[in-house]
Amino acid sequence: MARARLRTVYRHPLPVRIGHWVNALCLFILLLSGLQIFNAHPHLYWGSASNFEAPWLSIDYHWSRDDGYSGRTQVYGWQADTTGVLGASPGRNGELEGRAFPSWLTIPGSRWLAMGRSWHFFFAWILVINASLFLIWALFAGHLRRLIPTLEDWRGFGQSVLDHLRLRHPTGEAATRYNILQKLAYLTVIFGLGGLIVLTGLCMSPRMDTVLEPVLEFFGGRQSARSIHFLAAGGLVLFVAIHLFEVIVSGPVNQLRSMITGFFRYRDEPATDSATTRETRHDG
Amino acid sequence: MTDNTRRRFLKTLLAGGGLATLTGCDYLSEKTWFRDTLAQGETLSDVVQHAVTPRKAMAREYTPADISPSFRANGTTDPDAVEYRMLAANGFRDYRLKVGGMVENPMTLDLAAIRALPSRTQITRHDCVEGWSAIGQWTGARLSTLVEQARPHPDARYLVFHCADRYGRSHSPYYESIDMEDAHHPQTLLAYELNGEPLPIANGAPLRLRVERQLGYKMAKYVMAIEVVESFDHIAGGKGGFWEDRGYAWYAGI
Ligand code: HEM
Repeated sequence: MARARLRTVYRHPLPVRIGHWVNALCLFILLLSGLQIFNAHPHLYWGSASNFEAPWLSIDYHWSRDDGYSGRTQVYGWQADTTGVLGASPGRNGELEGRAFPSWLTIPGSRWLAMGRSWHFFFAWILVINASLFLIWALFAGHLRRLIPTLEDWRGFGQSVLDHLRLRHPTGEAATRYNILQKLAYLTVIFGLGGLIVLTGLCMSPRMDTVLEPVLEFFGGRQSARSIHFLAAGGLVLFVAIHLFEVIVSGPVNQLRSMITGFFRYRDEPATDSATTRETRHDG
Repeated sequence: MTDNTRRRFLKTLLAGGGLATLTGCDYLSEKTWFRDTLAQGETLSDVVQHAVTPRKAMAREYTPADISPSFRANGTTDPDAVEYRMLAANGFRDYRLKVGGMVENPMTLDLAAIRALPSRTQITRHDCVEGWSAIGQWTGARLSTLVEQARPHPDARYLVFHCADRYGRSHSPYYESIDMEDAHHPQTLLAYELNGEPLPIANGAPLRLRVERQLGYKMAKYVMAIEVVESFDHIAGGKGGFWEDRGYAWYAGI
């Protein structure tokens, strides 16, 4: 039996690597500046206008002379005391102050809506430009095709779910290709959440609404668009969390290196399954 | 490395990295050159939004059933300036709107004259920069007619609205400005009625601006004078408005 050989493949072409890191930076800044914006009015509603009596989500504070600040988070009538993190958290001087998201989750750290908006819109543009360039490249380079699940992928769906749950990852050459769950996750994030967050973001613009009214109507009105924007941001956070988890359990050094230099290492285990006998596609 | 030290190392790296990044963002936020760079994003929004929407594109108008039960008032809700208090005490009978600056025909109008101008009633959504929205019915004089009557100089580019209220810790006079495109838009009004009643003081009595395709802070309340200018560099902080002088974008279309 031949011994497993360590092979290096060029897995991530330059446009993927640049796109990936610019995107990561944008998402980070957009999320944290977004939370700064949220703090200016930490209540979310459904519909066109705000029904101040009935937000579905509220991250508020209470102040009393005796007890000082306390934070209260309310979701659909369900309430919790979240002092310390949500609603009331330590400010610069270490004392509790009333603010929805804590200063370590907002850009800038202090309460500064004007600056939060500046950060948000600047990086929204970078994100849109980055995403557009990436999609154009991906379309012409055939990269998008590599993300479309094949019939074979679908057959392996159940197996892939089980493998992910058991934290078993493809080894050998198979590790250099996208698996079905990965393909579905990337497609949902790029076209689902990505499209949703950009559209709901634009729908919050009164000027854009003069031409986007049908889209706004579809979302259910401006306050609904704001709610969906917030929830989509939550969806992206969830994706990033799972993404980072998978990177860590599947060999963080190798994964990180491949997203920086492009080169991915894998163990070539000859003739253990039919997949490895196929021609190697360096499309990771 | 054992698992434990590795975990601790990763945690420290993450916490340290995160803290350094946030401190970096705060540091940059204080730098003028960086703020000016970020502001280019808002300039780009201005240019692109104007390019993809028609000049006369209308803001959606709602039905009476959509009107918010109470129209939230932000900023100043009861100006304390003596002159304003005297006007209010007298039901604004002595109120005069001054229209001046780069115009051929400077004007002074009382409320009766303003009510005699061609008017418009519209039910629109008001979007505050903080994130909330309220729907109200506004009745007011079309600003376009007033501007035409004043006959602006061909070089004039902006209308500056000087208000009766002083706001914030600095207690500075509120003011705002819009360009000629918005000044001529059919939905741009000097509103004197809200929901069929005379405009309440909290919402800007006797006269407030409505610029329906921008955010609330553009819509100056307690308007006392309109100054037609070529540039607003010489006024207050030079950025074209009270909030603009405090870092907000002059173009508030998003
Ligand atoms: C082109 C892309 C985007 C545009 C045009 C955009 C636009 C906006 C606007 C206009 C607001 C202000 C809402 C308000 O007035 O309260 C906002 C808030 C916010 N954004 Fe974005 N955004 C974009 C992308 C993103 C992304 C990618 C994220 C997250 C990773 C994000 C997270 C947030 C959050 C958390 C808020 C505060 C919650 C809220 O008020 O909705 N945004 N965004």
